[in-house]
Amino acid sequence: MADAALQHNAAAAHGAAGEYEAPLFGAYSKKVGMWLFLASDSLTFGALLFAFSYNRIYTTPWPTPFHVASIINASIMTACLLSSSLTMVLAVFASQRHDRAWTRNWLLATMIFGTAFIVLHGMEWSKLIHEGLTLPGFPKPAGQSQGEFAKISAGVPQFAATFFGLTAMHMLHVTIGVIYLGVVALRKWFLPILGVIWLAGFFLIPSDNVFHYGIHALLIGLVVASIILFLKPKDYDAHDVEVSGLYWHFVDLVWMFIFPLVYLMSTKV
Amino acid sequence: MHDVAKHDDSKGQYFWVWGALLVLTGVEVWLGYRQVFEPVRMLEVLLVLSVMKSALIVAYFMHLKFETALMRWLLVISVTGCFVIMYFFFFPDAGRILRLGVK
Repeated sequence: MADAALQHNAAAAHGAAGEYEAPLFGAYSKKVGMWLFLASDSLTFGALLFAFSYNRIYTTPWPTPFHVASIINASIMTACLLSSSLTMVLAVFASQRHDRAWTRNWLLATMIFGTAFIVLHGMEWSKLIHEGLTLPGFPKPAGQSQGEFAKISAGVPQFAATFFGLTAMHMLHVTIGVIYLGVVALRKWFLPILGVIWLAGFFLIPSDNVFHYGIHALLIGLVVASIILFLKPKDYDAHDVEVSGLYWHFVDLVWMFIFPLVYLMSTKV
Repeated sequence: MHDVAKHDDSKGQYFWVWGALLVLTGVEVWLGYRQVFEPVRMLEVLLVLSVMKSALIVAYFMHLKFETALMRWLLVISVTGCFVIMYFFFFPDAGRILRLGVK
């Protein structure tokens, strides 16, 4: 205890704020905090996955509408997320050896994979909505089909509700993750980029597309990131990169359950 | 200062884990698309594969394997315990609805 106090005083005397931290489970407090958040967030996703499975079990027959194109698309999305986890690990390694350039490069690579996942998922959503799979609150696109998916939406509303609910929650987490990594990688320089993407998305996505409204998640992210960077402008270190990596890998982990449950268990041969 | 988790192993193992995750995903897609098993058995098999994949992600990518034993066990036991409780709440009820034929 006395040694700890001496270390703390020595660190403070040398002006090294944050150099000393009391140990908690052998890790620094930011990491423990992120693990606790992820444990609680896993219960959120767990409840959604259990709700999906609950509906899947008691609803007979459960629709199996996903053709090979959807499965290929979802498989590519999975590969994007898995690859993003690898680039995230490489970013953590680069940050540990204080290589700022490669830390930023690997974080940007992770963001590119994450963005590819969001875009592919958005295209999949738009296609399904256009083919008739929809929820009551969604805008109705011009020329919406009244085929197989429309019948599913009318006959088994649990399918659309659980599909959109689960995948929207995950897509939101991926979006938050990309913004989080953007702030860690580029700091305040990321804010104008995020603003431009939000404005471009809002003006370029047609108003009958659900993402015309969903893109405002970026605006909320922009406001929150601005407040954080204004209140505590800092140069993010290896700890911050590792903690952001924990969040990113968690997003990847959750998809490992959503992909088989939602897509592979509803495959049309 | 408590340093960032340092690993004795090389970067190579992370590429192996990434490869294993891609292979397991390929197996899942093949099983799902070929519909090798009945739906309930398929669900069990896919969930086992998903748990294996998530264990690899948590252990290696999230570095839990390299944390202290106390932190490892505290996290794993608490989260698993919560899921077990949720399981006993949800699934018996879903099965009961099915058996009773409630629409």
